[in-house]
Amino acid sequence: MKKLLLLAGTALAVALGATAASAQDKTKACFIYVGPIGDFGWSYQHDQGRLAIEAAFGDKVETAYLENVSEGPDAERAIERLARDGCDIIFTTSFGFMDPTIKVAKKYPDVKFEHATGFKTAENVGIYNSRFYEGRYIIGQMAAKVSKAGMAGYIVSFPIPEVVMGINAFMLGAQSVNPDFKVKIVWVNSWFDPGKEADAAKALFDQGADIMVQHTDSTAPLQIAEERGLKGFGQASDMIKFAPNAQMTSIVDDWSAYYVGRVQAVMDGTWKPENKWGGLADKGLMMAPYTNVPEDVAKAAAETEAKIASGEFHPFTGPIFDQDGKERYAAGVVAPDGDLLGMNWYVKGVDDKLPQ
Amino acid sequence: MHLELVKRPEVSRVMMVGSPVLAVGLTVIFAAIVFALQGKDPLAGVYYFFLEPLTSSWSIEQLIVKATPLVIIALGLAVCFLSNNWNIGAEGQLTVGAITGSMLPVLVPEFASPATLPLMVLMGALGGALFAAVPAILKTRFGTNEILTSLMLVYASGLFLDWLVRGPWRDPKGFNFPITIAFNDAAIPSTIPIGPLYLNLSAFVALVLVAVLAVTLGRTLKGFEIRVLGQSPRAGAFAGFSARRMTLFAFMVSGALAGIAGILTVASEIGKLQPVISPGYGFTAIIVAFLGRLNPVGILIAGLVIALSYLGGEAIQTTMQMSSKVATVVQGMLLFFVLACDTLILYRVRLVGRAPKEPARA
Repeated sequence: MKKLLLLAGTALAVALGATAASAQDKTKACFIYVGPIGDFGWSYQHDQGRLAIEAAFGDKVETAYLENVSEGPDAERAIERLARDGCDIIFTTSFGFMDPTIKVAKKYPDVKFEHATGFKTAENVGIYNSRFYEGRYIIGQMAAKVSKAGMAGYIVSFPIPEVVMGINAFMLGAQSVNPDFKVKIVWVNSWFDPGKEADAAKALFDQGADIMVQHTDSTAPLQIAEERGLKGFGQASDMIKFAPNAQMTSIVDDWSAYYVGRVQAVMDGTWKPENKWGGLADKGLMMAPYTNVPEDVAKAAAETEAKIASGEFHPFTGPIFDQDGKERYAAGVVAPDGDLLGMNWYVKGVDDKLPQ
Repeated sequence: MHLELVKRPEVSRVMMVGSPVLAVGLTVIFAAIVFALQGKDPLAGVYYFFLEPLTSSWSIEQLIVKATPLVIIALGLAVCFLSNNWNIGAEGQLTVGAITGSMLPVLVPEFASPATLPLMVLMGALGGALFAAVPAILKTRFGTNEILTSLMLVYASGLFLDWLVRGPWRDPKGFNFPITIAFNDAAIPSTIPIGPLYLNLSAFVALVLVAVLAVTLGRTLKGFEIRVLGQSPRAGAFAGFSARRMTLFAFMVSGALAGIAGILTVASEIGKLQPVISPGYGFTAIIVAFLGRLNPVGILIAGLVIALSYLGGEAIQTTMQMSSKVATVVQGMLLFFVLACDTLILYRVRLVGRAPKEPARA
């Protein structure tokens, strides 16, 4: 028995040694996901980006990932494990990984790090994000045009600036069509909790909303809309398969081009930390096909999309008033990026209170 | 032929030791089958899941880091469970302990002295104990079910933490993100080199607590009182022990330990408060407590085994691209086999032969 074990152990060691040797000249790109790949939302789209790297570079790259990593004390260990496993570049794809990323980056100066949706950089830490608010303005317009009740239900995760910015963009879009449009907000305090999200969707529909908007990652809210014969919007990925009659469009994150570009930079030795905030203009953000809506609504949405992409129109263009009626931006003034990234106030007409 | 379970006249000493070993062995075999079903090399899977985390000093350090809060919390839970008090809310007591312990570095960051950390731990323990006293008092005064109240308070504490870090305790320079200011250096436990390992102070706290609990439960009158009241409240009453006072005592000890685990985790692993501070340590510790048979030394071992299963789960993800769900399945199997094999301590298996056939009729 002992001999057998020894034999097995040796064979294993040889096998592992062999793979380690062949991996040396490859560039290794690694990912940390906050949810399961199977969320078909946020983490799924990041993983699509990982697969794009594999498709683009074939044998020259190796990828690895850790999914379902909690944004608590586990994060640092998960990131450090990847750094120790020989990753050349590590993408940490959720806001809560910010400080652990910075901490690990300090310990491993030769490894490059890219952190999504945060604000801290270092010599070997770049940050990147997408202008999701552009898509949210478009769906706001669509919601106001399609809704008969004049009210949307909005399921949200955490009151961080990113999410508040999204609610505001949605409302500004809706108000551009119907100044009295209403939105009901439910906080589920999670990025991915299909059970809670479904309950929230049911409650919002029961309260009279007839359009479902979500800033959470599961397909559950849209599936409830499908069940009720009502309409809604997907999040992060095209969720049309889960709601063929309910999804009007979806704000699709496409990280592929960015990820491939960054890995290329590592290979060329030209990688530098950057602060990248892409959007519709560079196709980091895309709208899923406009379906299940009257033709004029789809056409108007496509027009708005084109205007935002070309830079002709910015969703946060004054006049913009906050909930207290105070004018935040005068007519014609565009909110600067710094304001958007730290947004902690609602525009006029949002019936909710932010924790202060 | 069939198998039959026969009650043993007394607890089997061989099986007391043999059952967990058997359980781990069965888990390894079935884990290999699961890996193979995933289309992966089962031998490599077993290596990465169960052995790779033990091959470098870094991963051993991580193993100990992960096991530390689990062990500390499970020790307290053992006191509760042994005395027949069902505290399911350790996660909430951990959260409150982390909050009360963080008051010093968050509210008076300029207070940085050698006394800072001990005071934080003390305040964490106090906060956890007082928070645990709530379900205890509700149980003794109003007869409410402590399983429900302690569990519900987990959510209350989580939302309170959420409110704190978004509101009054938010870092004014943090771009409105829900985090407090970073703790000062005096508030962060130091690491101590032991051979090739750098161990966090928290790990030594856990070891001391294991020793204290082992002596208390095994060799003192209080330990006897805990067990008697757990097994037979009536017998305890005749001995003059008060079940009500025991409920309060057990809950507060358990809450204090969960609070200590909370503040130590926050101080050593995160360095500030944020909405998520624990990946469910308070709930996982319930499994650790039972896996360790409510025995302090057993809990120490169980904590390390569960921690290993987390690290192993990450290892098979990064090296073999298996889903994180596979790790959860293996953890579930481990618990299942441990509980199933425990049957053998009280029962033995007998093979019963088929009854002889009746002679054929003429």
